[in-house]
Amino acid sequence: MEQHTAHHVEVRDDEGDRMGMWLFIFTEILLFSGLFLVYAVYRSQYPQDFHIAGYQLNVLIGTINTVILLVSSATIAMSITAVQLGNKKLALALIGTTILLALVFLVNKYFEWGHKIHEGLYPGSPIFLSLHRGQLLFFGLYYFMTGLHALHIIIGMIFLTVVFVKVSKASVNKTDFVLLENGALYWHLVDLIWIFLFPLLYLIA
Amino acid sequence: MELMRPGADFISAQTYNGIFTVHGIIMIFLVVIPGITAVFGNIIMPIQIGARDVVFPKLNLLSFYLYVVGAITALLSQFIYGGTPDTGWTFYAPYSTSTHTNVVMAVTAATILGFSSILTGLNFIVTIHRLRTKGMTWFRMPLFPWAVYSTAWIQVLATPIIGITLLMVIAERVFQIGFFDPKLGGDPVLYQHLFWIYSHPAVYIMILPAMGVITEIIPTFCQRKVFGYKAIAMSSVAIAGVGYFVWGHHMYTSGMSENAQWIFSLLTFLVAVPSAIKMFNWIATMYKGSIKLDPPFVYTLLFMFNFMIGGLTGLILGSLATNVQVHATAFVVAHFHYIIFGGMGFAFFAAIHYWFPKMYGRMYNLKYANTYAIIQFVGFTLLYFPQFIIGFQGMPRRYFDYLPKFQMGQIVSGIGAIVFGVGFYMMIVHLIRSARKGAIAEANPWGGTTLEWMIPSPPPVENFGEQLPVITEEPYNYK
Repeated sequence: MEQHTAHHVEVRDDEGDRMGMWLFIFTEILLFSGLFLVYAVYRSQYPQDFHIAGYQLNVLIGTINTVILLVSSATIAMSITAVQLGNKKLALALIGTTILLALVFLVNKYFEWGHKIHEGLYPGSPIFLSLHRGQLLFFGLYYFMTGLHALHIIIGMIFLTVVFVKVSKASVNKTDFVLLENGALYWHLVDLIWIFLFPLLYLIA
Repeated sequence: MELMRPGADFISAQTYNGIFTVHGIIMIFLVVIPGITAVFGNIIMPIQIGARDVVFPKLNLLSFYLYVVGAITALLSQFIYGGTPDTGWTFYAPYSTSTHTNVVMAVTAATILGFSSILTGLNFIVTIHRLRTKGMTWFRMPLFPWAVYSTAWIQVLATPIIGITLLMVIAERVFQIGFFDPKLGGDPVLYQHLFWIYSHPAVYIMILPAMGVITEIIPTFCQRKVFGYKAIAMSSVAIAGVGYFVWGHHMYTSGMSENAQWIFSLLTFLVAVPSAIKMFNWIATMYKGSIKLDPPFVYTLLFMFNFMIGGLTGLILGSLATNVQVHATAFVVAHFHYIIFGGMGFAFFAAIHYWFPKMYGRMYNLKYANTYAIIQFVGFTLLYFPQFIIGFQGMPRRYFDYLPKFQMGQIVSGIGAIVFGVGFYMMIVHLIRSARKGAIAEANPWGGTTLEWMIPSPPPVENFGEQLPVITEEPYNYK
């Protein structure tokens, strides 16, 4: 083993890394597309119920969260340029802002869910089970889709934190920044999914 | 499966349900899906394309760990909380969302294993795109990497769907979010659709690498250039593509519009075409070759025989009219096992015997290995052929008890199972012993032409020395 590691050359392949990330993003989209499929089927079966249920969601919080995610996508995209220009400080500030915005998104989500749960609208509750069939399905999908999306936000935050540390240690730098690019790609994906969830859940009413 | 001889009670019906579920979960998710891809895809594929390793070695390790975690979860689910799942490996809703057995854990295990499968597929795709050595153009690549490549795409494209579906089942059980249970407003047929959107392509995840193995073995043991190289390569891709759109043929009797039925039936017939192309090309490759009946080739012939029966009975099932007659009978069981066990299983054995000297640097006894192959084949045929007959007569599958008229078939099957078990056991013992004490194998014992035979046995770390090979001609150029 030892004598082999001696002449082991670490081959860098940015193109390969990017390709891997794109494929992974593809699988993530397919993961969510399963949910969109279920959504489409049930919405076509119960359009009226979906209308009534969607009316009860808080459009204001939804809109604020949409803006937050869009801005965070912009900041992470700018951080790539900052790294390319060799401006480490600015890059760190921009990645930090992105993570912070993600946190704000989650706090908003917490209040939104908390409010619904306070009203007794949560899966398995007596009020919930007395709902009309289509409304029941809508809220089930609402919790599941936004929940899974929130999980992705958390994963993205962890990913970006790792990138943050690597940028500060300069192992992600002007000449080698594919990890940051991949982190940003992932973040754009999280953003993109929300762009679809927002109208499907909040704006259809 | 083996425990069910005459009609009487060895075990209770509940235990029986548990046993066939466990059998399904372990065999499908732990054995046949990762079997050839993960083992030979990882060892042989990089060598065949002239690479030192896969492109993301750490990711590869992660998918191995995920596999181990998934396997442990799957095994634990059989013993703790509520007892062995009894849903069958398909986890059909609404039963899977309402039974009291330990479905959540089994489903979690399947999800973790799915994730492992996705990462492996992703790794292989990027590896084949990026790490082919100098001169290794797409059409100079051996056909096993082609098969692995097609399989990897199915893994990447289909597995997320089962992931999300099983997550929904978990959510439904744990949080009572209704998706599939009619009590909570859901639609069980939707579950079946989502399930088969993955699980039908999954059978191609199982069989495509097997076909790739067979395509490697035939030219080597006939010492002849493979017939129709491009047709075989493209038929792998075609199977991966068309296989995606045939899931509905599992659900003819579940309630589906007539139009959907005939479209799915048509597509099912279409997907048989590329398989047949391979079959004819294999036979044409043998024509005028100098055939050596060594164990890998014997297994290959048995594969072709079984796969042909399995494939043709598949068409019986794919036709609408006959499907209604044989749906959910032992006929389906026999068809499935002819493809997966007689096909993928025998190809797996063929692959082990083919690459054994390469992997361990030692040789086994050819005569013994051939004998065990024949014993296994006899056992296999006795085990599953009667299931075709009693299935056609109406023996339903997954039934714990049956009418006296099916007894003869069941007894023959039972005997077959024992014969196969003996053959299998002897093969394993023989291989383990040979790996330790067999004669030292040379670098190229079969006279193959692909890259793995150009390096020492067993392969050194990083496969090639300082210099990666440069490829100047197509594979399988004999003489």
